[in-house]
Amino acid sequence: MSEDIVLSIYRGDKSGGEEVRYTVPLTPGMVVLDAVHYVQAHEAQDLAVRWNCKAAHCGSCGAEINGRPKLLCKTRLDDYQGQVVHIQPMQTFPIIKDLVSDVSWNYETAKKIPAFQLSQSAPLQMQQFDVDRVQEFHHCIECFLCQDTCHVLRDHDAKDQYFGPRFMVKIAEFEMHPRETGDRVPLLAKQAGLDMCNVTKCCTEVCPQHIRITDNAIIPLKERVADQYWDPLRALFRRKKTTTPTAPDSAPTIRG
Amino acid sequence: MAQSMKAPTQQPKQAAKGMPYWVEPLFTIVALGGFVVYAIWETLWHNTGTYHNYVSPFFSPDVAGWFGFHVLTALYVVWVPFLFRFSCYYYRKEYFRGFFFHPAGCAVAEPGSRKLKAYKGERRFPFNLNNLHRYAWYLAVIVLIFLWKDTVQGFIFKNGFGVGLGSILLLINAVLLTAYTFSCHAFRNMIGGRKDCFSCVNGKPSTGYKWWKRVSGWNQFHGNWAWASLFSVWAVDLYIRLLSLGILHDPRIF
Amino acid sequence: MSTQFATLESHTFDVLVIGSGGAGLRAAVQAAVPGVSVGIIGKSLLGKAHTVMAEGGVAASFGNVDRWDGWETHFYDTMRSGHFINDYRIAEIFAHEAPERVLELEEWGAVFDRTPEGKIMQRPFGAHSFRRLAHIGDRTGMELLRTLQYKAISQDIEIFQEVTVTKLLKDAAGRMAGALAYYRSTGEFVLFRTKAIVLATGGWGKIYKVTSNSWESTGDGGALAYRAGAEMMDMEMVQFHPTGMVWPPGVRGLLVTEGVRGEGGFLYNSEGERFMLRYDPERKELSSRDVVARSIYKEVQAGRGTPHGGAWLDITHKGPEFIKRKLPGMYEQYLTLADVDITKEKFEVAPTCHYTMGGVRAEAETCATNIPGLFAAGEVACGLHGANRLGGNSLADLLVYGKRAGEGALAYSQSIAEVPTIDPQEIEAEMERVMAPFSITHGENPFLIHEELQDIMSNHAGIMRSGPDLEEGLAKIQALTERSANMGITGSRVYNPGWHAVFDVQSMLALAALIFRGALARKESRGAHWRTDYPDELPEMGQWNFVQSVDAGIKEVPVPQMPEELARLFERGMAPGVWKSQQEGKEN
Ligand SMILES: Cc1cc2nc3c(=O)[nH]c(=O)nc-3n(C[C@H](O)[C@H](O)[C@H](O)COP(=O)(O)OP(=O)(O)OC[C@H]3O[C@@H](n4cnc5c(N)ncnc54)[C@H](O)[C@@H]3O)c2cc1C
Ligand code: SF4
Ligand code: SF4
Ligand code: FES
Ligand code: FES
Repeated sequence: MSEDIVLSIYRGDKSGGEEVRYTVPLTPGMVVLDAVHYVQAHEAQDLAVRWNCKAAHCGSCGAEINGRPKLLCKTRLDDYQGQVVHIQPMQTFPIIKDLVSDVSWNYETAKKIPAFQLSQSAPLQMQQFDVDRVQEFHHCIECFLCQDTCHVLRDHDAKDQYFGPRFMVKIAEFEMHPRETGDRVPLLAKQAGLDMCNVTKCCTEVCPQHIRITDNAIIPLKERVADQYWDPLRALFRRKKTTTPTAPDSAPTIRG
Repeated sequence: MAQSMKAPTQQPKQAAKGMPYWVEPLFTIVALGGFVVYAIWETLWHNTGTYHNYVSPFFSPDVAGWFGFHVLTALYVVWVPFLFRFSCYYYRKEYFRGFFFHPAGCAVAEPGSRKLKAYKGERRFPFNLNNLHRYAWYLAVIVLIFLWKDTVQGFIFKNGFGVGLGSILLLINAVLLTAYTFSCHAFRNMIGGRKDCFSCVNGKPSTGYKWWKRVSGWNQFHGNWAWASLFSVWAVDLYIRLLSLGILHDPRIF
Repeated sequence: MSTQFATLESHTFDVLVIGSGGAGLRAAVQAAVPGVSVGIIGKSLLGKAHTVMAEGGVAASFGNVDRWDGWETHFYDTMRSGHFINDYRIAEIFAHEAPERVLELEEWGAVFDRTPEGKIMQRPFGAHSFRRLAHIGDRTGMELLRTLQYKAISQDIEIFQEVTVTKLLKDAAGRMAGALAYYRSTGEFVLFRTKAIVLATGGWGKIYKVTSNSWESTGDGGALAYRAGAEMMDMEMVQFHPTGMVWPPGVRGLLVTEGVRGEGGFLYNSEGERFMLRYDPERKELSSRDVVARSIYKEVQAGRGTPHGGAWLDITHKGPEFIKRKLPGMYEQYLTLADVDITKEKFEVAPTCHYTMGGVRAEAETCATNIPGLFAAGEVACGLHGANRLGGNSLADLLVYGKRAGEGALAYSQSIAEVPTIDPQEIEAEMERVMAPFSITHGENPFLIHEELQDIMSNHAGIMRSGPDLEEGLAKIQALTERSANMGITGSRVYNPGWHAVFDVQSMLALAALIFRGALARKESRGAHWRTDYPDELPEMGQWNFVQSVDAGIKEVPVPQMPEELARLFERGMAPGVWKSQQEGKEN
């Protein structure tokens, strides 16, 4: 009764590679990661794939399935019945091996965002409706699929000019926190490169956590930049500046 | 222990399975391009958009009438909706995808030619002016007020109150334009979005919050309003044009 | 000396934290004071550790929704559910400090769900007397980990991602001196020299076939410490969470958070009976995990199971709006992975391996182990949970003891003048051992050995155990261990999962044997440990913890006795807070 499905998995490393076909018996409810594991256990022990939770919680297993950035552990194979399933690593980051890419740029970028700061101590008094908005951003599992898809990083490789959607979400998380005191708008206007984003919404389309990245994080942040940097009327009525936090200069290293 | 909280955020619809990526940009090119061509024809080849008590949105308000210059009358107004839509976040997405292929589809490689010149997003002129979208919004609201005036006028015939097909079209158009205008991201920011804490004054949701919440709800469908109102403007104008050309006859319903 | 050794990358720290889960990050954050160099190592990327999977919440007795709650009641619940073989001192400190640690997170950016008064919301959970679990929807662990992650990168901490430690190294005097590891991405070795090590490598739930754990939970830390001479305690105590997914096969074991029952879900058997009313009329679905898991197991054994061998869990009566808001992750998990809409239908659940209560024996105040310079915190450590862990207590444990281990290691490192020396020969021998699988052609496949191991554990040391079964299992493990010496792999050192799996399997095999020995020694049923040949909880057994070490084998050590004033908390036979609430009720 068991059907087979054909996977075409990219095998290779920095020096190049090609897709290799494997046939895997299909079981009910199988996800792509299961099939990759099957190949690993039975045909290619050294097939590299990054994963942790197999429950769409950790965001380790981002890859491209038939050209679409997706989580391997959340993509059902029944969606591809009768097709060959092409699996490739994320294209925006350098490859390490097979399905594993080197995402360290993201961790370096994360360090450029100044830490959360408060001017009062816990317990904080906050209403649920105050935190609803930022809680959406807290859903992020750091799968970096949005980074992978964003054409600013993907096609234009402007990694030195734009932090990418994931970190716009992160900045929004701090910036819109009801009690957080840092003003990150200058960061957005300059170093973080918010104006490199042309609101084309691909990040939102691929986010497995359904965070409405463009509508709820990026655009409101753009409006805040406009508030501070573009709106002549608001410049007249500018309230007192809050502090502009900075990330430590000698940010520690992240290796591996 | 249950307490009132937002309804779960609506999940964005996945792109329909199996639809090739180029369908969307192609639609944009055809629809938006078609509209622009139509608008040029309408504004440059016509001097009036009025048919009895109906006023086409292209010619509302009648700025020309106020000043007495009757050359290319539509031009006095159309730049407002043009700027408004050009700087609208939703249309930005559409034209960057459809006309500039930045990108044409998600995770679809941009054509090689697109990479020749360094991509600068909205960093350079004229796209950096999109940051002033709110000013286009202010102007658009003014135009919208006149549009409503014209809409009301669309129900007042020579012999008093009445409803024609035209009146209904005008009304639908006004409603859609209003929805489009008030679901705007810039409006969402000014009505409350720029605040971080809605309860910090007295522990209760501020009025700003309630409005922000409501606008956020409409805003989810901003793209839908954008297209719907574009087509309604198109339809109403075309309808009135056809009436004045005598091609159509306006059925009275009431 | 080999070229491999001559070119070995090496780093020196005052404090080295192994494990970048909740406990490890909390320790690193604590130890990173100016002038002290701190390094932290994780087997996967930063922020991906097993802790992200925790869903339900973190237990801390704020009393935000039930004002009678307090540390005494939390302490009471913890000891009682642990069947009194926990270390009372560990539990006492824990209950005292948990609220403070959780508030700290809020200061660092965590955003918990709120009460109508704007305080941190708390939800009910199994065997907690009051609504106690601070939470963020059903992704509390992620919030905790992410908050600590961003806190850590803003501090002067050197972070190593995707680096696996294969051996703890001691100096001639037997003090901790460093660790040898390799980068997963390149396969290159890296040596860490350090004054103190905090071990925070999590548990070993991957030993079992049906498990809720992530791949990392292979017990490396436990095995590393054991081989280095550390004492391992209560190894027989493995928690089976009552509700894991059952169908489809690919997701078998995936956790269904206790939050579903906490928020009001009911359990039914195939005959539509709400059977928990029978097993625990008082606490019903919210009984302790060992009881609920056993009840489901018994129902299935009695032929009242669901089509795929579980029980029905039903929360539809709460309405879609409520479910999607309170349990969004669960809703999505079932919808995408099992095609079940939990707002409309009941769904199948069955017990799944979840947590390992046993582990490295550590001291309450500083988390010091019997090896000088080695500190242990989090799931890898032992003592807080006794025979059964309460939901939500683990995350609180990570925070409380992560901090204490960080402090302990910091103080210890400051008491030592120089980084202890390591015998180069030992390093070289270890490198050779790690490279060995490459030279074995046509050896055993590590992935398949792992599968066999999981089968053995599930069949012989699962929820239900018995003497002969355990004996047989142990023999099988020994045979498998012998075969595993011949594990061979193919491919290069660059990101080679087959190679990585070899060490995971070695760790798991080492700990599997300890589980069997502990389970054989504990001739009674207590908490999670259920033996059909000794079905009762025996008071004389309750006086002992079983401690195992390489040097001394297995021995009984007495459970520490509570001082008078703590023991008094248990005299009424009800939790102090519950009693208080009843007194108040009477007065009114
Ligand atoms: C599905 C699920 C839900 C849960 N829900 C809850 C809950 O609601 N409430 C609660 O309190 N608890 C819950 N728990 C339990 C809790 O999540 C874990 O016990 C806890 O996260 C363990 O944290 P830790 O810091 O000890 O270790 P982990 O988070 O497991 O981290 C271990 C770290 O050690 C590293 N490591 C391991 N081996 C090596 C090596 N050889 N070399 C280098 N690094 C290594 C790993 O990479 C990782 O970074 C849940 C567990 C699961 C599985
Ligand atoms: S909306 Fe902006 S951030 Fe998102 S993918 Fe498009 S350009 Fe990138
Ligand atoms: S925002 Fe979404 S897509 Fe981007 S990293 Fe987070 S979860 Fe992934
Ligand atoms: S493995 Fe964790 S998200 Fe897929
Ligand atoms: S965003 Fe579209 S009109 Fe303002």
